[in-house]
Amino acid sequence: MSAFTQAFAADRTPPLLKRGATAAFAAGAVTAVAMSPASYLHTTVARMLPLALLAVSVAVVTGHAGLPTLGQVAPYAVGAYLTARLALTGIDLAAVHLLTAAIGGAVVAGLIGTVLVRYRGTVFLMLSLAVAEVTAITAGQWRAVSGGTDGLAGIPAPRLLPGLPPLHGDRTVLLYAATIAVAATFVAVWLLRGDRRMLLTAARTNEDRARASGHLVYANLWMVHTAAGGLAGIAGALLIHTHRWITPADVGFGVAALALLAVVIGGARSLIGAAVGAVIVLIVRDIVAVEVPGHAPLLLGTLFVIGVYLLPGGLTALPTRLRRQLSAGPHSAPPAPANASVRRTS
Amino acid sequence: MHVDTLAVTVVDGVAYGLLLAIAAAGLTVAFGAGGVLNLAHGVLIAAGGYIAATTTAGTWASLVAATVLATVAGAAGGGALAAATAALRGRGHLDQALLTFGIALIGGNLLTTIFGSDVLRPRMPAALEGTVMVAGYRYPVDRLAVLAVAVLVAAVGYVVLHRSRAGRLIRATVDDRAMVAGIGVNPRTVDAAVLVTSGALAGLAGALATPILGVGPGTADTTLLLSLIIVVCGGLGSVPGAVTAAIGVGVVQTVGVVTVPTAAPYLLIAAMTVTLVARRPTVPNGAAS
Amino acid sequence: MRIVHPVEPDQPPSPRSGRDPDHAHGNGLVASGLRHAYGPLTVLDLDTFTIAPGDRHAVIGPNGAGKSTLLGVLAGTIRAQTGQLTYNGHTVTRHGAEWRARAGIGRTFQHPTLWPDLTCLDCVRIGGWHHRRNPDRTPMETLHLVGLADHAHQHAGSLSHGHRRMLDLAVAIAGQPRILLLDEPAAGLTDTETGRLIDVIHRMPSWIAVVLVEHHMDVVAAVADWITVLHHGRRHTAGPADTVRADPRVAALYLGTNGGGHAAHP
Repeated sequence: MSAFTQAFAADRTPPLLKRGATAAFAAGAVTAVAMSPASYLHTTVARMLPLALLAVSVAVVTGHAGLPTLGQVAPYAVGAYLTARLALTGIDLAAVHLLTAAIGGAVVAGLIGTVLVRYRGTVFLMLSLAVAEVTAITAGQWRAVSGGTDGLAGIPAPRLLPGLPPLHGDRTVLLYAATIAVAATFVAVWLLRGDRRMLLTAARTNEDRARASGHLVYANLWMVHTAAGGLAGIAGALLIHTHRWITPADVGFGVAALALLAVVIGGARSLIGAAVGAVIVLIVRDIVAVEVPGHAPLLLGTLFVIGVYLLPGGLTALPTRLRRQLSAGPHSAPPAPANASVRRTS
Repeated sequence: MHVDTLAVTVVDGVAYGLLLAIAAAGLTVAFGAGGVLNLAHGVLIAAGGYIAATTTAGTWASLVAATVLATVAGAAGGGALAAATAALRGRGHLDQALLTFGIALIGGNLLTTIFGSDVLRPRMPAALEGTVMVAGYRYPVDRLAVLAVAVLVAAVGYVVLHRSRAGRLIRATVDDRAMVAGIGVNPRTVDAAVLVTSGALAGLAGALATPILGVGPGTADTTLLLSLIIVVCGGLGSVPGAVTAAIGVGVVQTVGVVTVPTAAPYLLIAAMTVTLVARRPTVPNGAAS
Repeated sequence: MRIVHPVEPDQPPSPRSGRDPDHAHGNGLVASGLRHAYGPLTVLDLDTFTIAPGDRHAVIGPNGAGKSTLLGVLAGTIRAQTGQLTYNGHTVTRHGAEWRARAGIGRTFQHPTLWPDLTCLDCVRIGGWHHRRNPDRTPMETLHLVGLADHAHQHAGSLSHGHRRMLDLAVAIAGQPRILLLDEPAAGLTDTETGRLIDVIHRMPSWIAVVLVEHHMDVVAAVADWITVLHHGRRHTAGPADTVRADPRVAALYLGTNGGGHAAHP
């Protein structure tokens, strides 16, 4: 069992108050950005949100189902291209886009899941890497859908309701995208609380014991993987709504790596941590991209190495780890990887 | 497509497959023995290729130097990876895999920065530049030479793995780690040795593959994906399986790229999916009492 | 999914199914032709093994005799390489552990890791998840039964080894099994805990079949009325508990093998 998915031992459902505070903080941050007069800021933040939501989807699969994945980029791509194609054929209702993208993403993730959820740990990671590569290759080759390497541009803006004007203004797009992203994240958090969280923890941390108690582990993991695909599909729709163009690089390997990195940094078990991780990575990347263009992978890789070495359990586990270190003294051994024998991956 | 071109392509495919086998054998053994999934493997292959492409100058001496240099660089890379992953041993295989993934991103970007984004090819000695008639077909000499070296390396590798004490230890570690520890050998030493050897083989395979395919920015990703497909199709940890799968992948990849370029990756993925569905996952914990 | 036993709950414990295989064929678990090998090493080779309602059956043998493998194959944790299993007359060879658990075949594990991040109460709730609407006992009552009520809100990972073993038993009991397979339930327990274990097994309804793999001969003596001795995966001896324990060949088997670390005192 990896320290990464194991995250923190004191893993309890956050109390309602804490969750409410997080929601208020998210709303406050978005409002603060929206109030600012700098419209480039609106665009920048709005364009981070699809990736943040994709990171949430990766955190659901990685942290809750315990399946480290690079492959959520596949349903993300499906959601994005479905939305782009719908918009280009004149269907511009945002709700239709989101629904189609969610269903498309869930269907694709469900199909992939039938093969992949039988595997665990590094083998799952390896297979999901193949999924990400195939997604990138397909997006590049299927010109009829993706427009080849040039991509699709000039995608019309969506409308909230028939008759309303399309979502054009930078501030409007930001508020719309933030609403969808925050709402989708909190629906995911809400769905993964209480008994469902407990059952997934059981399936993840000791699969044999869960099976021996009659729990359908494959079916449960498949359902989580599929639902997370729906979430990734919505993220794909948001990608089109905020960018209004798409190239194969937007659903490429770099995006898959970035989403997983966001989860490594944010903490696998915390969906909100993953979203924050994505925003941090994107900010650093955008700053570096301006200074030394062409070195985004170098930066991603460096952050990966730093994240894996220094942040076991991610940022969200940091307070717990620090508290434990302070209370136990500097020379205390790290907590033994519990039930290391249960989930051998080889 | 003419029959003789197809025949030549198939021979190319077998040669490429053997190179992939040399590269993937180390990957599968490292995974089977120590559970380390080395996602930086493709970068080591690409590094070997770049070293070969830039060191060769058309002379025999430079060719030999390039091959040796690529192998040594690969071994050094493998050693670095062994040290880096060993530090995370207590945290599990997943963190190790994520670390190698980060290293792969860094390495890939450094290679592109140093060597540019063009596809490079080595400059072979004049004697290897021509073509010869083999069984009625014209065939480039350099590819025949690569094929010969690949067969030689594979044969030596087989003998080392099956006849030498080191090889037996490695195979024993794949089968049963505890048993190896029981006879007084630290399995972690075996892990490190496997990663170094695996890196050396990756560098060598990269150097040998450049005359056929060249080396470019896509090499690391492609070879990693192909190696992973080989490891999965051949069975995790199985060297004979990897060799069989590698030759299959090499032929499909080479022939596919020539005949149906767009479908080639899907053929391989389809083959992998069929293997995965047909094969039952192994029980995660050995339950022998 | 649920298979209902045509057994009266207050029927007395059966003396032993070995002499009465038809009884097991009707409403028990019958394994036949079980063979299991890891590479060249055959760990299990049994022509038949039957479990009937009410059995109190101990499987003993030196380490490496295939006991845990047998339990894993019966519970579905390990898929039998060859052989057939029927349960209540239905073939269940290809049914997984989750199906068998729901059908009433519960088990404990030799290394009870449980779910370290969950509280004891949650562990028992998960064990009895499929009976949560009409449980025989509430999760708290189950914890009481095994003596862990005081630890209900403690994480399973923080329990002592003995407590973890008792919690594993509680999780298995919460699943309301008709056949309970216990893998070395007394290993590493203190004397008090061992007494508690024997007490819990004695308090099982008489129609529940209990099969335990055990080295601890005191527990075997207290609980089992039939003993099967495995050696190298094969049935070495089988018979009523008293006879087998008095059999000098069994004592010789234990004393003569280096593997039988926990010495038995028959």
